[in-house]
Amino acid sequence: MLTDSQIERYSRHIILKEVGGKGQQKLFNGRVLIIGAGGLGAPIALYLAAAGVGTIGIADADDVDLSNLQRQVIHFTSDVGIPKVESARQKMQAINPDVKVNTYQEWITAANINGIIADYDFIIDGTDNFAAKFLINDACVLAGKPYSHGGILQFDGQTITVKPGESACYRCIFPEPPPKDAIPTCSQAGVIGVLPGVIGTIQATEAIKYLLGKGDLLTDRLLTYSALRMKFREVPLKRKSSCPVCGDNPTITEAKDELDALTVCDLEGA
Amino acid sequence: MKITINGKEVLLVENSGRTIDSLLEELDVSQRLYVTVELNGDILDRPAYEATPVAEGDVIEFLYFMGGGSGHVD
Repeated sequence: MLTDSQIERYSRHIILKEVGGKGQQKLFNGRVLIIGAGGLGAPIALYLAAAGVGTIGIADADDVDLSNLQRQVIHFTSDVGIPKVESARQKMQAINPDVKVNTYQEWITAANINGIIADYDFIIDGTDNFAAKFLINDACVLAGKPYSHGGILQFDGQTITVKPGESACYRCIFPEPPPKDAIPTCSQAGVIGVLPGVIGTIQATEAIKYLLGKGDLLTDRLLTYSALRMKFREVPLKRKSSCPVCGDNPTITEAKDELDALTVCDLEGA
Repeated sequence: MKITINGKEVLLVENSGRTIDSLLEELDVSQRLYVTVELNGDILDRPAYEATPVAEGDVIEFLYFMGGGSGHVD
């Protein structure tokens, strides 16, 4: 049951017919894991905490670096040098003490991902390297966990939500990661600081809608965003029967590290 | 020849031998070796690019890899 102060805190949610007291309770019972406490993870963590998602996991092995602050709005100048997950936890709990924050100060690997995602209803990929992106896709598809993919570069972003076994997954689009260093990264190519705010906020919206069970998720369509042209586009997609992980004859049957794809996206921690 | 690429109509000189592979080269598409091509709603397997002709009215999407978010040093 919501307390009086919670009813006041969430009043603008509760007044929405799609949310109401029941929906707010669903959010409070919801468990969302954010992988990456960087550009994408920052707005995601802030908004999910503010929204009253009851349990939020956040995973990142890095410390806050000065070069992060141009876009990773959850980290402040005074946080430089401390673990990102700790910096994020402090802000999330300052916004909303109702929220339980689980921190994982480690990189997600094939060895630990299954154990971590098992505790959550919805996973959000806020990582910047393809090894992690493919690992998250594979682990979520194999475990049947819905998840949101997000990617950003320079002035462009894209995002898609994956419902394993029902909608197209990341490997339906990209069967395998690009070779290491084949694709420029944020640290090499730059990223406009507001971009992860746009894409991350869409990812957080998907998590909230999933928990509420309302609306249409961003499945079977890749949403692309150009900040320079200020255009959103939707590319319709469908599951691919030859997909190596969710297709008819999958060749990937357990989460594995894509060692060839590991990139140094940001030596200072993107 | 008129086709649609990433939502935009593009006029190309007539070329009956044009394939997805040659189109990528002709347009100097970025991430040419890694881009995913969706042709009229179906994602093509990369080995098929060379043998897949481009026809009048085709709707083509080039889908690019994007990283972003939080970094990880190997």
